Amino acid sequence: MAGAPRAAHAADHGQGGGELGMNDRPAPGGPVTLVIVNAGVSDPSSTRLLADRVAQKTIDALRAAGTTATVRSIDLGPLATDIAQGIVSGMLNAKVQSVMELLAGADAVIAATPVYKAAISGLFKSFVDLVDNDLLIARPVVLAATGGSARHAMVVDEHLRPLFAFLRALPMPTSLYATPEDWGSADLGKRITRAAQELSVLLRSGAGPQIADRNWGGYQHQFGGNATGAERSVDDVDFDTDLMRLATGGGAPVRKEGPRPDH
Amino acid sequence: MQFGIFSVGDISPDPVSGRTQSEAERISNIVKVARRADEVGLDVFALGEHHNPPFVPSSPPAVLAHIAALTERIVLSTAVTLITTNDPVKIAEDYAMVQHLAKGRLDLMLGRGNTVPVYPWFGKDIRQGVPLALENYNLLHRLWREDVVDWEGQFRTPLQGFTSTPRPLDDVPPFVWHGSIRSPETAEQAAYYGNGFFANHILAPNFHFKPIVELYRRRYEHYGHGTAEQAIVGLGGMAFIAKRSQDAVSAYRPYFENYPLFRGSKLEDYMAATPMTVGSPQEVIDKALTWQEGFGDYQRQLFAVDSGGLPIEMALEQVELLGTEVVPVLRKEMAARRRPGIPDAPTHATLVKAKYGDAEPRQPRPNPNRGDNLSGTSPYQDSTPDVQAGFPAAF
Repeated sequence: MAGAPRAAHAADHGQGGGELGMNDRPAPGGPVTLVIVNAGVSDPSSTRLLADRVAQKTIDALRAAGTTATVRSIDLGPLATDIAQGIVSGMLNAKVQSVMELLAGADAVIAATPVYKAAISGLFKSFVDLVDNDLLIARPVVLAATGGSARHAMVVDEHLRPLFAFLRALPMPTSLYATPEDWGSADLGKRITRAAQELSVLLRSGAGPQIADRNWGGYQHQFGGNATGAERSVDDVDFDTDLMRLATGGGAPVRKEGPRPDH
Repeated sequence: MQFGIFSVGDISPDPVSGRTQSEAERISNIVKVARRADEVGLDVFALGEHHNPPFVPSSPPAVLAHIAALTERIVLSTAVTLITTNDPVKIAEDYAMVQHLAKGRLDLMLGRGNTVPVYPWFGKDIRQGVPLALENYNLLHRLWREDVVDWEGQFRTPLQGFTSTPRPLDDVPPFVWHGSIRSPETAEQAAYYGNGFFANHILAPNFHFKPIVELYRRRYEHYGHGTAEQAIVGLGGMAFIAKRSQDAVSAYRPYFENYPLFRGSKLEDYMAATPMTVGSPQEVIDKALTWQEGFGDYQRQLFAVDSGGLPIEMALEQVELLGTEVVPVLRKEMAARRRPGIPDAPTHATLVKAKYGDAEPRQPRPNPNRGDNLSGTSPYQDSTPDVQAGFPAAF
């Protein structure tokens, strides 16, 4: 359970207003971590290239505003069989678990997938199927896809955007879609810059961590999950809930003194 | 420390021979496996509960009562009893009855169950699974401890003046384990009541369940039942054993590769990542010893050895190897490493002793039928006068 930084305890969950929450991010000075999730499988991959350009433009925008950033990337191609295994076996192997921890620690995500057969890559969707529902809550995301022709441009908004809406992430207003001819067009660069600016502004505002922190208790979570705010020990668990009261015979959990009762 | 086996009672085609056991064969084989476990000195045999093919044990109390009559020493248990879709009243009645017939050689493991359609088949809502399990156990706990229960909850028709019969053997309820893979509420309930907590410890990475076991331990201490180290913990595990490691791997590989959840996984990778051991007795021993180290001293270790279409001869051989080559060594090694002051899992004998000391246990004798098939407002001859059944006013 290594990896992601964690700060506070469940006692803060859902109480609202805490200045120090479990999703606290570094101050606007940085450094912030951008994580690329790339489902392009060729090498070089135009999907990866698109993601890299977004990352670079975001770093530039952040730096101009006085924030340093680092980029990590998750290429799904080499993990394809591990991802498939995870779906069949219901458990993540060490390789997938380690990228999941990388993703959990991301301050922002650049999601990039090729379009295959009029939809996002199945590999990308399979990976997302393994992501905990609460892993990317209020996390800024740039949505990007590449395709063979402009006829599939809406895939980003019609497939990727709802997917990240389900994850309660914060997709940027500008979606990116690149066809072969776009690589010779200055317009693609402008759209990339726009998306990077959006990401930079949102990152520096700290809105994501504030949303996650102030509402953390309002989302559904899984004990021992991969999210940075997931409950992992007795110190994280909120015992002051209706279910916990039901677990303890319906009454408030009051400490009983003395020896154990008879069974 | 108790060692034993647990079975879900699945029927799968044997991938080597292609043969599928009939339900009649599988039922009879479950009994054979349990008897062999008793003969080779294993401490526990636990049977799952399922309500759909390809599983056969829909009625574990019937099977366990039969096994009780054919065995001498082994403790019978469940893995798990569905505390969600079963009526807790029927659980109280059925397992108290088996407890009598087994002369106390019975405990119970409760779980929610993860077969989705079972909930609607039994008129329940899976989305209410956690509260259903918690409330049902609260009722079960009272039914086994109070002669007369008045009760009202969310999920079951209210009870007025209800006496669950027979009263538990010696008026000491079967010990209860709560099984859970991810619900902190279940761990909390186990801790609150001072019951056992069981992590199935299969189909997940090794030590994946450590956080929830640790949560249970800490809350067990919080409720004053003992220290966290003294909490009553059980673990599962999967093992396939042969005298020589390479024979185990080659014999088990087809069963592994055809098991639905393992398709696409490599046996060697799976073994490295999970509690599964396929190998020599020493390899099974070595891995199990890491669990004592990682989870702390615990009370019960169950192995799954007969699933995935294993023919009965192989299943019996597994039980034999476990009982003769693995468990005797584990018993010795774990005892040697055990920190002082760690209790064993409660048994009927220790619970009777704890409740009565050297005094005679209570033997409830009902008052006579007063003419309406009820025994009046005070059900037993020794019921205290303040125990008054408030029957529903139906007549």
